Amino acid sequence: MSILIDEKTPVLIQGFTGDKATFHAKEMLAYGTKVVGGVTPGKGGTQHLDRPVFNTVKEAVKATGAQASIIFVPAAFCADAIMEAADAGIRLVVAITDGIPAQDMMMVKRYLRRYPRERRTMLVGPNCAGIISPGKAMLGIMPGHIYQQGAVGLVTRSGTLGYEAASQMKALGIGVSTSIGIGGDPINGSAFVDVLKLFEEDPDTEAVMMIGEIGGPQEAEAALFSKEHMSKPVIGYVAGLTAPRGRRMGHAGAIISAFGESAAEKVEIMRSAGLVVASSPAELGATVAKTLASRPRRVAVGQ
Amino acid sequence: MDIHEYQAKELLASFGVSIPRGGVAYSPEQAVYRASEIGGSRWAVKAQIHSGARGKAGGIKVCTSEDEVRQAAKGLLGRRLVTHQTGPEGRVVHRLYVEAAVPIERELYIGFVLDRKSERVMVVAAPQGGMEIEEIAKTAPSSIIRSVVEPAVGMTAFQARELAFGLGLDAAQVNRGVLALLGCYRAFRDLDATMVEINPLVLTKDGQLLALDAKMTFDDNALFRRPNVSELRDYAEEDPRESQAAEYGINYVALDGEIGCIVNGAGLAMATMDLIKHAGSSPANFLDVGGGASPEKVCNAFRLVLADPKVKAVLVNIFAGINRCDWVAQGVVNAVRELQPKMPLVVRLAGTNVEEGRRILQQSGLSLVTADTLTEAAERVVATLKASGAKAGNGKK
Repeated sequence: MSILIDEKTPVLIQGFTGDKATFHAKEMLAYGTKVVGGVTPGKGGTQHLDRPVFNTVKEAVKATGAQASIIFVPAAFCADAIMEAADAGIRLVVAITDGIPAQDMMMVKRYLRRYPRERRTMLVGPNCAGIISPGKAMLGIMPGHIYQQGAVGLVTRSGTLGYEAASQMKALGIGVSTSIGIGGDPINGSAFVDVLKLFEEDPDTEAVMMIGEIGGPQEAEAALFSKEHMSKPVIGYVAGLTAPRGRRMGHAGAIISAFGESAAEKVEIMRSAGLVVASSPAELGATVAKTLASRPRRVAVGQ
Repeated sequence: MDIHEYQAKELLASFGVSIPRGGVAYSPEQAVYRASEIGGSRWAVKAQIHSGARGKAGGIKVCTSEDEVRQAAKGLLGRRLVTHQTGPEGRVVHRLYVEAAVPIERELYIGFVLDRKSERVMVVAAPQGGMEIEEIAKTAPSSIIRSVVEPAVGMTAFQARELAFGLGLDAAQVNRGVLALLGCYRAFRDLDATMVEINPLVLTKDGQLLALDAKMTFDDNALFRRPNVSELRDYAEEDPRESQAAEYGINYVALDGEIGCIVNGAGLAMATMDLIKHAGSSPANFLDVGGGASPEKVCNAFRLVLADPKVKAVLVNIFAGINRCDWVAQGVVNAVRELQPKMPLVVRLAGTNVEEGRRILQQSGLSLVTADTLTEAAERVVATLKASGAKAGNGKK
């Protein structure tokens, strides 16, 4: 099994007819994702990649029954697109777009909370690589072939560092249940904790690899959460040990501006919470392998 | 994006925050003119660089005659100021701000930040200003007051009142405090700031509440809709290589080490730096070429990295998702032919079109070291660097 998406999840693409969206839509379709249509305001009623295009998300949901959407809308209009999806009842929204103003994200997060929990939208991203459940479906921009299907949950801030982890694991014969990029922005949709909860509940995920970076409190919160609430082993890594304080390292959120935000401090917090931490980015796969090997096999209840 | 003190004060004043009278000056003559325009008999001549702690570095002079103002301006303009925020290379002073020096009764601190934990704007206030907030947090942590603003409503009057009373303002002064706090909040919200700091906010002997120093930082992602803010950008305050990189659409941060890095993705770029350190050397820069890197963009990345005289070897590390290894490889080949770097070069390619990329590198006939994995890449670049260092050493004998 996997979390969030599989081959049966009906997916909508917002900003469908743009160049980037078109390129990645083809990749997603080739991977087996059930893309049921897209939204580009003003192009409703036309067809794109043999799928219907709609003017609004509400129309699209009504006509296709879409449950998830992936957004390629430009940064200036992206917050609006996320809120439109939430209002139309889409339960999972992946925002790929990079460069959304922080105050727009503040507004989006506030807006998502206006719906009752049972119909609330889970937002992944923005500024992320998306989600892949290997062998089933891909709601993102990653190269699908580097992921092997398996039992390790992967959650990362960085897209490319997530690719690195997945390919190191594949080289060692270790597969991934689902991989989720939560993005590099200072205010993002789902935090590490939100994803860890889902992996803990997923019967087919045996261990989780969590890859963070400098800046913000989410890695520390996740370390504490896994100590108190997780039965599955969590393997951590934090990028940016050599990053100087106060300098932004590419991602809008990758900046050490407060106590506890440096990589060394986060690694320390993870270790003291009982997480296994990979000592270098070349050891991501090997550290997972070691953790899986040292873990007693699960015994089915009743045997 | 950061702006100068005088720019922050002008912006804040337009939102109702009181500031001392002052004006900007680019020459000693102009500074004297500003002083006479302001009137009075005491002025502060302040160096305008993007850094705090300017006073300690000798960047602020209090003057009591026009001649002193002229001398202070002469001494400051063109001078290189080094503070703990500028790094050892310091910043050259090109602009001054001449301001009425006010008699101070008490110094306060107020700051507004985007708090990542609550994902809201947080106000931080302390009744003793003048020193940095980190210092206040160490010496008198219990005196710091924090208040989080509900984004759908904005900062409320009662919130501002609570803060103003918390700062120890009395009934006569508290409304001035409320105006300053609400003004800062509105400026933060309406201009897409990520930080507004008034330190110190001073209570003068005649009962005024004035922003004596002000600092604002803005969200780069929102500059497209804030033309009045983006025009305040001062390129002289930025590392020229970083400005150049921004023009190329590349994310670049100069560091102190010796191995130049060209990587795609911010996380992988940081991890590559860490790996170089792990292998016993140090990175010269952070560089993310981003997605969809064309051969031309890769070539530009090489230009940036090779412009740094500290660079002794270059490591290219690409894990292509949206990118294509063949394009990157072509960019590497073009860059080496055009720029002819006289240093070891290690290239690691993985992901989309990797076979084609490796073939292009092999057939180029160039002397570059290739690597398939991250470990190999880091070990090889450090090893080749050491080997070439040894060779250079032998050559001298």
